[in-house]
Amino acid sequence: MKNTALYETHLKLGAKMVPFAGYNMPVSYSGIKAEHQAVRQALGMFDVSHMGEFLVKGPHALDLIQYVTSNDAAKLSPGKVQYSCLPNGQGGIVDDLLVYCLSDEKYLLVVNASNIEKDWNWISKHNEWDVELEDMSENLSLLAVQGPKATEVLQKLTEVKLADIPYYHFVAGTFAGVEDVIISATGYTGAGGFELYLPNSSATKVWNLIMEAGADYGILPAGLGCRDTLRLEMGFCLYGNDINDTTSPLEAGLGWITKFTKEFIDSDYLQQQKTAGLQKKLVAFEMIDRGIPRQHYSIKNAAGELLGEVTSGSESPSTGKLIGMGYVTSAYASVGSELFIDIRDKLIKAVVVKLPFYQAP
Amino acid sequence: MSVPANLKYTKEHEWVLIEGDQATIGITDFAQGELGDIVFVEIETVGQEIARDEVFGTVEAVKTVSDLFMPLSGNVLEKNAGLDNAPEAVNSDPYGDGWMIKIKMSNPAEVEQLLSADAYKELTGH
Repeated sequence: MKNTALYETHLKLGAKMVPFAGYNMPVSYSGIKAEHQAVRQALGMFDVSHMGEFLVKGPHALDLIQYVTSNDAAKLSPGKVQYSCLPNGQGGIVDDLLVYCLSDEKYLLVVNASNIEKDWNWISKHNEWDVELEDMSENLSLLAVQGPKATEVLQKLTEVKLADIPYYHFVAGTFAGVEDVIISATGYTGAGGFELYLPNSSATKVWNLIMEAGADYGILPAGLGCRDTLRLEMGFCLYGNDINDTTSPLEAGLGWITKFTKEFIDSDYLQQQKTAGLQKKLVAFEMIDRGIPRQHYSIKNAAGELLGEVTSGSESPSTGKLIGMGYVTSAYASVGSELFIDIRDKLIKAVVVKLPFYQAP
Repeated sequence: MSVPANLKYTKEHEWVLIEGDQATIGITDFAQGELGDIVFVEIETVGQEIARDEVFGTVEAVKTVSDLFMPLSGNVLEKNAGLDNAPEAVNSDPYGDGWMIKIKMSNPAEVEQLLSADAYKELTGH
């Protein structure tokens, strides 16, 4: 089991640690609900250093990225970030990822911790252009500072004008005295804020400075538990839950990052799937009757026929509603469709709703 | 972590308050801490005769669902209806407002197999 550079810090803060993707990671400190509310209403800081980072360098870097990812990376320019996925050659998804354009010939791919080795092997296997690849995962720490107070608090620690960085853009600059920090206006919470990529050697110092700067603003250290409830409220897919090697990006509602304006792994297959029409779709639903949907629970219709399976579910800490996502046959995918979740052998009524589950006021 | 001396305990992290032939049952302070924020307690066994170690309900935290096991055989007389609207009482007051069921014991001799507070503290490493 590996530890991030902030392992000792988490223990001192009283975190409940769990094994996740080969790392000891904090699942919560003060409680999932309190941390969730801190992120929605003020500020929370996550250590997500377990995430993987690959540098892709050279004159053909873009060619490789265009071939292995589904979104159109040619739309990027230095300072921009793009959400994308790696199709697996069989209609499924190897991983979802962020693509950072550092310069015209240098990109950073940020991948899920659980998939670092799989992604590395997959991208390397398709590297027909001899593009230089470098796995930075063990060297970089990643702090996600999320919430409406993020800009105000982080601005105390840098000269970079944070308010001028649009969503899904980044600046490499000095932060808390550390040079070349990637300050990225991204995050998977829907609460706004920044993600900071920095060397492991600076992680503890920067973490502590941010905690100090945010003390008067209600900052809380936040764990993977509320990271999951936050992303679910937005309807963001989690790899391993809502998307995996057997789910198509189109079925998962990721058509917006599947661009047929270029050739990529599975582009023909997915184009055919789109033309033929989708058999099943990932939907968002709210429970009408009381019961919490959980991953792998069956989704049925009123007659008890199997429609699919729940992929994510929880009580929404922001609204108190019981929410979930799951795949259903397309006939049941439209907003307003009545579904029944099989919870401990009882069919509990739910309804398909529009995403997101929660919108900031 | 609180482990009141007047209660009995199980390895499944439940507490039992014995009063005559009746017992009140809940989950321990240790259990609620491990589960985290509790959002739903489902008990639909009132009126049923249930054997020791069988499931009498479920407790759902934000991230997990766990079965609740009978520490003693008995008839479920009553559940804590207050938990329907305030399941968080299990977190804030596990031995008080967070109680779960009252039962009438069908085999009071089973009480002897429950753990004392000291034995339970040892089990949880406290």
